[in-house]
Amino acid sequence: MFLRTKTLVAALAASTLLASGATARELVINTDTSDPAPKKAFEQLIADFEAEYPDIKVTWNLFDHEGYKTSIRNFLTADSPDLANWYAGNRMLPYVKAGLFAPIDDVWDEHNLHETLAPAAASMTIDGKKWGIPYTYYQWGVYYRLDIFNKLGIEEPKTFDELLAACDTLNANGITPITIGTKYLWTAAGVFDYLDLRTNGYDFHMALTQGEIPWTDDRVRAVFANWKKMLDHDCFIDNHPSWSWQEALAPMVQGEAAMYVMGNFAVAPLREAGLTDDQLDFFQFPVIDPSIPLAEEAPTDTVHLAANAKNVEEAKLFLAFLARPDVQTKINATLGQLPIAKGAEIADDKFLREGYEMLSNTTGGIAQFFDRDAPAEMAKAGMEGFQEFMVKPERLDAILERLEKVRQRVYK
Amino acid sequence: MTDISPSTPSRGWWRRNQQRFAPWLFLAPGIAMFLVYVIIPIFQSMSLSLYDWDGLGEKTYIGLDNYRELFDDEAFYTSLKNNVIWLVLYLLAIPAGLFVALFLNQNVTGIRLYKSLFFFPFVISQVVVGLVFSWFYDPSYGLLNIILQGFGLEPIPVLADERYATYGIIAAGLWPQTAYCMILYLTGLNAVDPEQIEAARLDGAKGWRMLWYVVLPQLRPATFIAMVVTIIGALRSFDLISIMTDGGPWGSTRVLAFYMYEQAFSEYGFRMGYGAAIAVVLFAIMMVYISAFLWKMYRDERGR
Repeated sequence: MFLRTKTLVAALAASTLLASGATARELVINTDTSDPAPKKAFEQLIADFEAEYPDIKVTWNLFDHEGYKTSIRNFLTADSPDLANWYAGNRMLPYVKAGLFAPIDDVWDEHNLHETLAPAAASMTIDGKKWGIPYTYYQWGVYYRLDIFNKLGIEEPKTFDELLAACDTLNANGITPITIGTKYLWTAAGVFDYLDLRTNGYDFHMALTQGEIPWTDDRVRAVFANWKKMLDHDCFIDNHPSWSWQEALAPMVQGEAAMYVMGNFAVAPLREAGLTDDQLDFFQFPVIDPSIPLAEEAPTDTVHLAANAKNVEEAKLFLAFLARPDVQTKINATLGQLPIAKGAEIADDKFLREGYEMLSNTTGGIAQFFDRDAPAEMAKAGMEGFQEFMVKPERLDAILERLEKVRQRVYK
Repeated sequence: MTDISPSTPSRGWWRRNQQRFAPWLFLAPGIAMFLVYVIIPIFQSMSLSLYDWDGLGEKTYIGLDNYRELFDDEAFYTSLKNNVIWLVLYLLAIPAGLFVALFLNQNVTGIRLYKSLFFFPFVISQVVVGLVFSWFYDPSYGLLNIILQGFGLEPIPVLADERYATYGIIAAGLWPQTAYCMILYLTGLNAVDPEQIEAARLDGAKGWRMLWYVVLPQLRPATFIAMVVTIIGALRSFDLISIMTDGGPWGSTRVLAFYMYEQAFSEYGFRMGYGAAIAVVLFAIMMVYISAFLWKMYRDERGR
């Protein structure tokens, strides 16, 4: 750690010299990190930055997580901060297109980020330019009750057939195999993403979310056919449209359900509810077609330079600071997520270690998540279709035709 | 001493026209606000509905394309159908409110407490009402399904079933709306002429006949207001839907107001033009009722 920081001191000294003449330097950052862990992580991050650059005064505006999605549009146009956090992939496309984010290729070139942030480079690139600094990501997969699996003699399923068999065993013992809450729709997209990544692979999934493949295509139908198998084996909890993802945690905590297809953020509330690491474990979503390289889902959070920023130089210092491995180590230890920078250390947590191992060995590609890879309108229609399919699988044709209609309009 | 100074012409003009202009002067601030915040936005929405705009970039003029898409949009027809269901069932709040009011219109000890308790659902926020009813309907832990199980029935996931979800939300909405109508009728009942009741009683009227021929006609102003607020309340229903189902399952509980919000302002929306087109349609539907009621009000005022 110390060695690494020392190597950076020279570069940093150079950049501070440039601004030695300036008196009061400022930097304005807007973030949506209102949940306890992200809030604390950003507090630390900003304090550390100020300690390193004592002449820069950081103003940090903290927004409510949900409200931010609307307010970012207003403040970027009307009263722009220098930096704002957001998400990688298609989610940042509208802001890039509207000229509200500025490219920061110079920061990437200067600090060799093409090398150190390589895993997320593709999802930060639009029109050949880099549009922000990724600082954290987390794996998706299946979280499950290890104690229930052990009691019933179920192994971590490696193939889809083993997963279906596990569902049968659990059902036979009166335990719901997979809990899910689809009231806010996106949880169903997690299942769809994995089924598509495993059935057709990463390239197909990206082509589908980018509108290059009709929803009525036979390969899309194959995904739903696999999903139908899960429904036929009664894999999912009943009445899932009633619940949010948090409410759907309850059956798992109470031992009435055994698995949850989720992101790593589900671990914190499950632990808070009293589950220990002996009761809770993680496995990679099983293989469906062995000929398809395994791709994973790992949404990336990012910080962007606003096009109307007033303190561009300070903002770029901050971005370079955020890209540093030691900084990412620290922020992700607080967040309970994975750092992106090469050389950063993973916190001592079994889920993070498993996730890190899985993602570093991923050869197929890393998807962001359905509603970040597909444009907003397509995402909304798609997720609604997924929820409907899970309850009314017999309506598949009507659902796919509806999605196809949306696709033809959205990607004109 | 003829030094009556000639009044300045302007002052004379003001004197002469004072009576005519004073009301407009007093109205001016109100009219200005109404123009800026109500009338002008209506026309802005209408013009916006002819554009394709994401709220950030350039607006593109697309003529009536938004409306063409709207009339070929299943979600729009679902919302429209739900609006009609809301409109019809929400009116149940009026008779319900009337009967609660008749029931509470008596003098027993603590009647004020009972009245306030019945009025309570209208005082708490719609969001809270929505949450309370979501818990009531919850398929695993909700009171409704515990009761159903007590009778040996299968639990009904009211809010997760497209057949029942809209009705479930309307039932939640009727709770505060009934309280509102009740208060309107309670004040109305205070104004009922005791002499007419007395006279009717001497003529042998009681029960339903008394209510229908003597009391109800005197409650007409209260009924009128209750109709207006209930219909407008039904058309702008939004918060309960947002809290209880978020428009789901798969969009089956959307109404126009909610669909407009989703298209224009939600996380997956930002189609300002399309949202504006929905708003214009909703406005047109509301206009039918609003103008009918305004017309009736105008006629009644003149009739006096």
